[in-house]
Amino acid sequence: MFAPAENRITMTAGTLSLGGILLFVGLAIAALLLQSGDFGNSVLFDAYIWRVTRFTLLQASLSTLLSVVLAIPIARALARRPSFPGRVWVLRVMALPLGLPVLVGALGLIEIWGRQGALNTALAGLGLQQPISIYGLFGILLAHVFFNMPLIARLFLAGLERIPSEYWRTAANLGMPPAALFRFVEWPVLRGLLPGAAGLVFMLCATSFTLVLTLGGGPAASTIEVAIYQALRFDFDPPRAIALSALQIVMTGALLLALTRVATEPAQSATAGKISRRYDAGTGLSRTSDAGWILFSLLFIGAPLIAVVGSGLRADLVKLAGDPTVHRALVTSIVIAVLSAFFCVTMAAAMIRAAGIVVARRHAPTLARAFAGTVTASTSLVLLVPPVVLGAGWFLLLRPFGDVARFAPAIVVAINALMALPFVHRILAPAMATHAARTDRLTASLGIRGFHRLRWIDLPPLRKPLLMAFSFAMALSLGDLGAVALFGSQDMVTLPWLLYSRMGSYRTADAAGLALFLGLICLIFTMLGTAGDRRVPEGRNA
Amino acid sequence: MNSQAAVELVGVDVRYDTTALHFDCAIQPGGIVAVAGASGSGKSTLFHVIAGFEEPDRGEVRILGKTMSGQAPAERPVSVIFQDNNLFAHLDVATNVGFGISPSLRLSVADRARIDDALGRVGLDSFGKRLPPTLSGGERQRVALARALVRHRPLLLLDEPFAALDPGMRAGMRALLQDLHDQENNTILMITHHPDDVRALADSVLFLDQGRIIAHDPVERFLERRDMASINRFLGNA
Repeated sequence: MFAPAENRITMTAGTLSLGGILLFVGLAIAALLLQSGDFGNSVLFDAYIWRVTRFTLLQASLSTLLSVVLAIPIARALARRPSFPGRVWVLRVMALPLGLPVLVGALGLIEIWGRQGALNTALAGLGLQQPISIYGLFGILLAHVFFNMPLIARLFLAGLERIPSEYWRTAANLGMPPAALFRFVEWPVLRGLLPGAAGLVFMLCATSFTLVLTLGGGPAASTIEVAIYQALRFDFDPPRAIALSALQIVMTGALLLALTRVATEPAQSATAGKISRRYDAGTGLSRTSDAGWILFSLLFIGAPLIAVVGSGLRADLVKLAGDPTVHRALVTSIVIAVLSAFFCVTMAAAMIRAAGIVVARRHAPTLARAFAGTVTASTSLVLLVPPVVLGAGWFLLLRPFGDVARFAPAIVVAINALMALPFVHRILAPAMATHAARTDRLTASLGIRGFHRLRWIDLPPLRKPLLMAFSFAMALSLGDLGAVALFGSQDMVTLPWLLYSRMGSYRTADAAGLALFLGLICLIFTMLGTAGDRRVPEGRNA
Repeated sequence: MNSQAAVELVGVDVRYDTTALHFDCAIQPGGIVAVAGASGSGKSTLFHVIAGFEEPDRGEVRILGKTMSGQAPAERPVSVIFQDNNLFAHLDVATNVGFGISPSLRLSVADRARIDDALGRVGLDSFGKRLPPTLSGGERQRVALARALVRHRPLLLLDEPFAALDPGMRAGMRALLQDLHDQENNTILMITHHPDDVRALADSVLFLDQGRIIAHDPVERFLERRDMASINRFLGNA
C-alpha cells in the first residue's frame, strides 16, 4: 500500500525464506518417509526403541521435577530479599548457564562431580571410595538441573516480584503465618507460571542431545535423539534411525501441542517492577533458610563455572593457541556461526516484515493470511523436527550422492540457522512490529523509501535487536554439537566437536583449555550483541 | 461538486470485516475544518483515505480538483500530523524537520536555513540538536508543525494533535496553529474530541456518526444545532 515496489521486494524475500525453510524441513521428512520402505517388520518399535523412549520420558520428567522443586525455594528466597549486597551478581550467575555452550557446562560439572572432581576428592578424603558417578541417569539429571533450574527460578522470581505490595501489607496486617502466606499469596502466582515453565523445561530435556551424549555413559542411558545419532553414525542402521525420528516427531508434536494449551502469559500488575517490602523477611528462620538457598544456588551454578575457568587456565593454553587443529576448528566454527546467524536473521527479518505487510492489509486474501500464520509457525518448526532428526533426514537424502561429509558445511549452517530461528524470531518480531507501528505511516507520508528508509529510519532503532539476535544466533551455533556430530569429519571439525573428541580421548587438559576458549568466545559474542546500545534520554512527558 | 474544492470525496466506500463507511463531501479551500464525532465514527478512516494510507473500495478522492486514485501518500499534496509518534525518536529535531524538505536528507545550506526558520516560527529556536524524547509533548507537536511548514503542502491533516497536551499547552498550540494558518492560507482538517477546539479554531465542522458524514456546517450554525443526539452529546447539550 505505502510503497508497492518495496512491498513486492519484501514479500518476495519473505516468501523465498519461508519456502526455503519448508523445503529444507520437508525434504528431510520426505527422505525419512521414503526410506521407511527399508523398515522390514522387526526393527520398528522393538524393545530397544521402547526402552529409549521410556528413558527419554523418565529423565525429562525427573529433570523437570527436580528443576521445579529446587527453583521454588530459590526464587522465594531471592524475592523475599530484594536488596542484599551482591544480589545482582547472584542473578547474573544464574543467567550464565542460559548462554553457555552445553558442552562447556558439562565439562564444568565433570570437574566438580566427576570421578576426579572436587566433590569425589573431598569425599575420598573422608574415606569413601568414588561415592558419586556422574555418568548415567544421575549425571543427566544433574546437568539438566544445572541448565534449567536457573531458568525456572528466574521465571518464578519475575512472577513473585509482580505480586502487588498491597498483598504483602494485607498479609502482614492479618498476621498470616509463613505456610498460609505461601499457600494463599505465592503459590497462586507460581501455579499460574508452572505449566508453561515446566512444559518448556520438559521439552528441552526430552530433546536434549549433547548432555546425554556426554554424560549418558552408554546405551542404558540413551535418549531418542542420541539413539538416532548412534543408529546412523555407529550402527549405520537407517531403518532404526527412521523409526526413532518418527517417534521423536510424534513426541515433540504432542509436547508442543500440550505446551500451547498450558502456557499462559502472566498478567502485569500495576506495581510491576517495584520493590515490595516483605514483612515476612525479618524472622531468624526465614533469614537462615533464604541465605541457605541462595548460597546453594551460587555454589551449584557457580562452582562448575569457576572449575571451567580454573582447569582451563591450568591447561597449556599457549600450546593450544598454536595448534593448527584448534585454529582450523576455530575458523570453521566462526565461519559457520557467522553464516548461520546471517541467514537466520535475514530470513527472520524478511518473514516478519512480509507477514506484517499482509496483516496490515484491510482485505487480505485468505491465502495471504495463511501466509502470515505459516511464517510464525515455520520459525518454530525446528522445535517439532529437532536438529538431529533434520540431520538424519538429510544424511539419508545425501547418501546416494557419495560421502555426506562433502555437504557438511551447508547442512550444518542450515540446521544451525533453523535452530536459532525460534529465538531470533522472538527477539525481532516485537521490535519490528513496534517500529512499523511507529514509522510506517509517517515514512509513507514523507516519501522516505528504499535505502534512505533503511539508513535513517529502520537501522538505527533496530540495530540493537538485530545485533542481539545475530550474536545470540552465533553463540547458539558456536556451541552446537548436534548437527556437526552427524556430519562432522576429518575435514570439518568445529570447536565443540574438537572439545568432545578430546574429552572422549581422555585429553582432559586440552578439553579444559578448549572449553575455556569456547566459553570466552560465546561470552564475547553475547557482550557484543548487547553493545551499541545508545541510550536515548527519557523525556519529561515521554 | 465543486472542482475548486480543497478536498472532494465522491461516493467513497470503505469496507471492513464488520462495518462499512461511506463519505460524500466537498471542503472549500482556505479554512480550518474540525472533524468531530464519537470514537469509531470513522474520523481516522476519513483521514487515512484522504492521506492515501487506505484506498477506498469504491468512489474517488480529489484534492484541488485532481484525482488521487493510486497516488502514494507522499505524492499527495497533503501533510499529516498524528496524535503521537510524529518524530523519529533517534534523530534530532533538525533532521526530523529536514525530512519535510528532502526524504533522502540531501540538504543544502539554504535548506538548513529554512529548517532553522521553521523552528523559529514555531518557537523552537536552538532546539535543532535536541532529541525528541527530551522534548515535552507540546514541543514535539511544534516540531511536527515546523516540518509541515517546510513541506508547503496546501492541505494539512491534524489527527487529534492536542490530545496529549494539558489545557495550557492546548491553548498555546491553538494560537500557534491559527497564526500559521493565517500566514500560509492553507486548508486544515483537524480531528478533535473537544468542543473548545471547535469554538476557538474552526471555520466549519464535519461531523461523523456511524461511518457517515451527518453534518457539514459553518461553525456558528453547528454550535447552535440541537436536532441530533450525537451532536448534542458532543457539544454537551442536555
